[in-house]
Amino acid sequence: MNKRDRPERVLPPDLYYNEEEAAKYTMNSHIVSIQTDMSERAVELLVLPEDKTCMLLDIGCGSGISGSVISSSGHQWIGLDISRPMLMLCKDDEDFEGDLIHKDMGTGLPFRPGVFDGCISISAIQWLCHANTSSEIPSRRLHRFFQSLYSCLSRGARAVFQFYPEDDRQTEMIMSMAQKAGFDGGLVVDYPHSAKAKKIYLVLMTGGMQKLPSALTGEEVDEKRQAECTQRRNFVVDRKQNKRAAKGSKAWITQKVEAAKKRGRDFTESKYSGRKRKARF
Amino acid sequence: MKLLTHNFLSSRFLKNVATGYPLLLRVNEKELREVEFDQDFVQNIMPKVDYNCLVSTLMAIGEQGALPNELPENWRENEELLKELHRVLVKIEVIVGELECPESGRVFPIKDGIPNMLCQEDEC
Ligand SMILES: C[S@@+](CC[C@H](N)C(=O)[O-])C[C@H]1O[C@@H](n2cnc3c(N)ncnc32)[C@H](O)[C@@H]1O
Repeated sequence: MNKRDRPERVLPPDLYYNEEEAAKYTMNSHIVSIQTDMSERAVELLVLPEDKTCMLLDIGCGSGISGSVISSSGHQWIGLDISRPMLMLCKDDEDFEGDLIHKDMGTGLPFRPGVFDGCISISAIQWLCHANTSSEIPSRRLHRFFQSLYSCLSRGARAVFQFYPEDDRQTEMIMSMAQKAGFDGGLVVDYPHSAKAKKIYLVLMTGGMQKLPSALTGEEVDEKRQAECTQRRNFVVDRKQNKRAAKGSKAWITQKVEAAKKRGRDFTESKYSGRKRKARF
Repeated sequence: MKLLTHNFLSSRFLKNVATGYPLLLRVNEKELREVEFDQDFVQNIMPKVDYNCLVSTLMAIGEQGALPNELPENWRENEELLKELHRVLVKIEVIVGELECPESGRVFPIKDGIPNMLCQEDEC
């Protein structure tokens, strides 16, 4: 995407995601499907305990696409966003089960220490790299944000950010501010060789460095995968066998179809049904 | 806003505010939502809940109901109590009201069930 065309460069987030844009975003099935995929991956990267209902934070939760993935995976969530129209759309989802807070993450999170078991943030953190007024200093806002995030996570909890850096300098700034706040971690880059499918996740850990999860490459489905993590430190990444295939490949389509079938069946049976939105307009 | 969320909220992001907890809650409009009882969830979440804050908040909004002032030791096995905890933590929904920082007096309005915790850059 041309730098000029990036939403962050057009308007501040609370103005960009006005009622019209928020509705357009949420009604676009292509967007919903991409955001859902990335949210599923982010929840997977949190490596949550299997038998426990966790309390998660969704930063830049928008209209609730990422949150509904959290609900479907059996966890509870609190979402935070700077755009009120986006937050109001969350409530249009019949199955909405989260709770919402209207807040600019750059001004620090409004929680007491240790309350969350994990945090995800899908396509939002890059907004913090831009100053919208003369009083906003991106590095200070990022630092304030990460400090407050570190504090409200329970020890051992992770935070996973899918984001779209404009350039390496932005990635570097985000990562150095996270590190300064006390986090360990690094980047997991899925499908690094595909311009279209490539997705960047910043995986942050509290309570000491653990092994970074393996990136998806789309190749070597059966063998040990090749690490593809760009990072500030040298992470030794052990590849767990992952059954995901390359985006767009035949195997991938088959998997998607299978998953969709399974989901359709699950949804009619479980209390977390698919994302049925009340018709609007 | 659920009372569970209120239990987690703090105004410590404000400049010169040390703990900002608990936020005083005033309710103008609330609802009781239909939520299926989930015993595991209540048992999991209770260690993270500040019980004193919960009880004082319930008292302030006239909802203390059957909750004891102190959490009895056997709360995990007490189904009646777990159900009541579930009711107050996730079924009561504050629709309109406000939150107040106990240290600075800064007020945050709640509208359509969403607390507005925005602040100016020079307030934090
Ligand atoms: C591309 S949307 C993603 C929404 C949602 N996570 C999803 O996957 O559909 C980005 C969201 O980040 C929010 N956002 C941007 N800057 C923010 C800030 N400083 N504080 C809180 N939210 C912010 C925007 O309002 C918008 O809803």
